Amino acid sequence: MTSAYLDLIRIRFLMMLAYRVNYYSGIVIYTINIGAYYFLWEAIYGEQKLLAGFTLAQMTTYVAVSWMARAFYFNNLDREIANEIRDGSVAIQFIRPYNYLFVKLMQGFGEGLFRLLLFMGPGLAIVCLIFPVKLPTDPGVWGIYVVMLLFSFLINTQINMLVGLFAFFVENNEGMLRMKRVVVDLFSGVIVPISFFPGWLAVTMKWLPFQAITYLPSSVFTGRTSGDEVWQVFGIQLIWFFVLIIPIAWVWRQARTRLFVQGG
Amino acid sequence: MFYWSLAMEYIKNYAKTKLTYRADFWVELLSDLLFQGINLIFILIVFQHTPSLGGWSEAEVIFVYGYFMVPAGLFGAFFNIWNFSERYIVKGEMDRVLTRPAYNLYQVLLENLDPPSLFGSLVGLIIMVISWGDLGLAFNLMDVLMMAVFTVGSVLIYAGLFTSLTAISFYSDAPTGILPLMYNISNYGRYPVNIYNKIIRFLLTWLLPFAFVGVIPASYFLDKDHEGLSSLALLTPVVGAVVLAIGLTIWNHGVKRYRGAGS
Repeated sequence: MTSAYLDLIRIRFLMMLAYRVNYYSGIVIYTINIGAYYFLWEAIYGEQKLLAGFTLAQMTTYVAVSWMARAFYFNNLDREIANEIRDGSVAIQFIRPYNYLFVKLMQGFGEGLFRLLLFMGPGLAIVCLIFPVKLPTDPGVWGIYVVMLLFSFLINTQINMLVGLFAFFVENNEGMLRMKRVVVDLFSGVIVPISFFPGWLAVTMKWLPFQAITYLPSSVFTGRTSGDEVWQVFGIQLIWFFVLIIPIAWVWRQARTRLFVQGG
Repeated sequence: MFYWSLAMEYIKNYAKTKLTYRADFWVELLSDLLFQGINLIFILIVFQHTPSLGGWSEAEVIFVYGYFMVPAGLFGAFFNIWNFSERYIVKGEMDRVLTRPAYNLYQVLLENLDPPSLFGSLVGLIIMVISWGDLGLAFNLMDVLMMAVFTVGSVLIYAGLFTSLTAISFYSDAPTGILPLMYNISNYGRYPVNIYNKIIRFLLTWLLPFAFVGVIPASYFLDKDHEGLSSLALLTPVVGAVVLAIGLTIWNHGVKRYRGAGS
């Protein structure tokens, strides 16, 4: 059974490899985005040395690593799941001897592996050449960052699954999918680090899972979070990973009893 | 007249399909606005930490952003052919379009209308009016006229650029990813261009004139002249006409090369 899941990772990885040209332009797009925000932040800092606990050098690194982390953890599982529910092919998945959600996770992981090796990796290297990004020198930071990045992927995938599964209840959830994408980008801290948010919003964010996707790992990477605090933020990621399993399992149970296929 | 009635029929059709999924329509509208608004939220958050951005005050930057939303919304409503290559070239739907007696690009655009995008324009106008008051700018009727002229110019720039880029699919059927690339570059234009380095600034003003879809025409209305930008503003409709002419030429040339799909 495990080997079947491993094969799913392999197949998706190879599938992505066939379309790798798409991702070369992806690297350029992300570099452009990072560039735009680099110049913006430079102008925002102006004469000021420190804003919301970030120096300009840290902010440059934060922007670069956050966008490149997004290059890795981003996937369209939500849309894939919603489409399979809408066109009814999910019915076939139900009768197959595997867990549909695990299959999706594995496919997402195959895609993530591809994105890590051919998108995030080279992208980060290019960005480091163009912009003054300061990579951490402590191998321990790299180690914990890689682990946290994995959990970024898992938590983002969980949110994608949850939103995708809503197609069981609302027929057409295209708008919801788009809304989710915007909300995740904003609240995860890719656009602005959460410590810049006004007080009430920053407090709200502490109680939501989005910060675990980008803000927490990137803060560790830039060295803004260090020492024992690192374990604390990693703990937050772990907690969210386990907490999010509950609604997914619940929605999945509910969903199976109300599947109806539109059109067929 | 014929083209007008055609547009009306397509809009009626659009309304009918949308009314089937009513709840979703509203969510889509909201998510569209949020998508546009994310940069505005960025500006608002950032100005809590700094008084000025490259010499521009918060109200000025928001004003520029409001202006940007007006042409962007119009453009989004009438030009929604991001999947042109896939739908019309790869699947061969262009065959159907070309056999009909109306200009092909016009038909393609009408088949893909996205009126909810107009809400963005409305929000942009509201933002402009509010920051107009904040900035204490004088108002006269001439401004309304200039606003209309600039908006048309900006929409033409967008339309021209993206028409020429979409037309690339006539020459190469491989996905190039150049459209999202351009879309991302267009984001540069909504902020004051003087914060970028010289190369990007030149690029945004003369080669990919996205600065004419945001900061340049908007600065015409502002009192303070930032590095001579407002004198460039009057060029907006000219640049628009030139870019559109280039776009249509590339498109018309491309359509002649269209061969249809196998099946």
